[in-house]
Amino acid sequence: MSKDVAVLGVGMHPWGKWGQSFVGYGVKAAQDALKDAGVQWKDIQLVAGGDTIRNGYPGYVAGATFAQALGWSGARVSSSYGACATGAQAISVARAHILAGLCDVALVIGADAAPKGFFAPTGGRRPEDPDWLRFHIQGITNPTYFGLYARRRMDVYGATQQDFAQVKVKNSKHGLHNPNARYRKEVALEDVMSSVLVADPLHLLDICATSDGAAALVLSSMDFARRHTTDPVKIAAVSTVTPVYPNNIIEMPNLATDSKAGVGLPEIGFKESIAHGAYEEAGLGPEDMSLAEVYDLSTALELDWYEQIGLCPPGDAEKLLRDGDTSIGGRVPVNPSGGLGCFGEAVPAQAIAQVCELTWQLRGQAEGRQVEGAKAGVTVNQGLFGHGSSVICTV
Amino acid sequence: MPDKTNVPAVEGLFTMDPREPRLLGTRCRACGTYFFPAEKTFCRNPACDQADFEEAPLSRTGKVWSYTSASYKPPAPFVAKEPFEPFAIAAVELEDEGITILGQVADGIGVDALKTGMPMELVLRELYEDDEHIYFTWNWKPTSGGSDA
Repeated sequence: MSKDVAVLGVGMHPWGKWGQSFVGYGVKAAQDALKDAGVQWKDIQLVAGGDTIRNGYPGYVAGATFAQALGWSGARVSSSYGACATGAQAISVARAHILAGLCDVALVIGADAAPKGFFAPTGGRRPEDPDWLRFHIQGITNPTYFGLYARRRMDVYGATQQDFAQVKVKNSKHGLHNPNARYRKEVALEDVMSSVLVADPLHLLDICATSDGAAALVLSSMDFARRHTTDPVKIAAVSTVTPVYPNNIIEMPNLATDSKAGVGLPEIGFKESIAHGAYEEAGLGPEDMSLAEVYDLSTALELDWYEQIGLCPPGDAEKLLRDGDTSIGGRVPVNPSGGLGCFGEAVPAQAIAQVCELTWQLRGQAEGRQVEGAKAGVTVNQGLFGHGSSVICTV
Repeated sequence: MPDKTNVPAVEGLFTMDPREPRLLGTRCRACGTYFFPAEKTFCRNPACDQADFEEAPLSRTGKVWSYTSASYKPPAPFVAKEPFEPFAIAAVELEDEGITILGQVADGIGVDALKTGMPMELVLRELYEDDEHIYFTWNWKPTSGGSDA
């Protein structure tokens, strides 16, 4: 049985700081996706919402919140959360319903209205919660982890701060003409290098902002899709893997890794296993990818992903970047959308937005940032505590 | 006015021995796996179904896996000194336990003085205080006697 589902429609609310409710952003993205799909809201059989934890109760039950806003229709509903991987969880729920024959067509929505500055844990004294503990007892924020990974690249592979800045320069060019991007301005190497140091060796412009934004997909069975369109973009794989014990790399929000004293390390690490799971499911490899959308919470993390999704061996990411392979026009452009560097992170929308971009690229509709002849693309992302997230789309 | 009492900022994570403090983890008696913070109710090794743990004071020394800095004041629940002074943070690998543990770097030592592979030792430092208590946490500090071991 084919594991393909069709991406019938995509829609986004532009990223930014708009000062409105996340619900309105989500409704706008959903309406655009429905219109793009040529499907009526009343025909949607499942609403799969990606939850947001910073917008009160409506955010915890996002599926129902969006369904109510669009007008109760009796559709099935789900609401899921996986931190940064929330969107992939919602996509996975919709896809599983379709592949199991429980529904023909589903609407996936993720939206956020984000606070300014550092993400911080929710309130109360909770020493048993690693997220609370790391802030309280060591003052460790999310950029701390980005800084640790970046510095490790410098000490082990000889990467430089200029290499990291060059990722920002590349992505700022990519996002220049993307109407949904928040930052549409060319950034020069000196701009990054002269921005304030946040978490050594990373500057402010190496680290993504937090944004408002929303993304939505209409997914359907291939049979349903054939009645509506020809040659739709397909989702060929969704990887939602957890790590294999022991995960010996320090991960947000933990203060310590798993121990490797009692059990040997797995064959591949967690971050490598995320896209690997998607490649296996799709029967494709990194060499088949025309482009990738990776989770560049920091510029240096984009370089880590090059290696972790198999675009090059460990230690070669800087060379790949310098050679222009990951720029539009290169061998395998990475983040042609502009990535988080141009968007800022709208947590539950982000993994859905990655699939929107693959869809536009594979349809040849990515005006001003088109990867010519794109046939297949991969997204990758990771949620706190071990939520893998990778989607492969083909046409 | 009585002297303030020294207490850990969170109970059970480390000993308050001022000279040779130890982080307090646990070790599974069945499979030998270590946990920090202490795990006492289930073994996270998927091949182990035991729940028999012993308290395990962890090695006081290890080597830097990586390091970074906090140039901006972290948000609550961190209690920052005013005015805020930037600090370095190190991830230190403990060889015997096969575990890497994060901590601030002591005494205002900055990233320029750090390097991957450098030996570090555990020390205690004040984190914040109130009218009755001084609250402590652990820090990493380059071991005395050089950095090229």
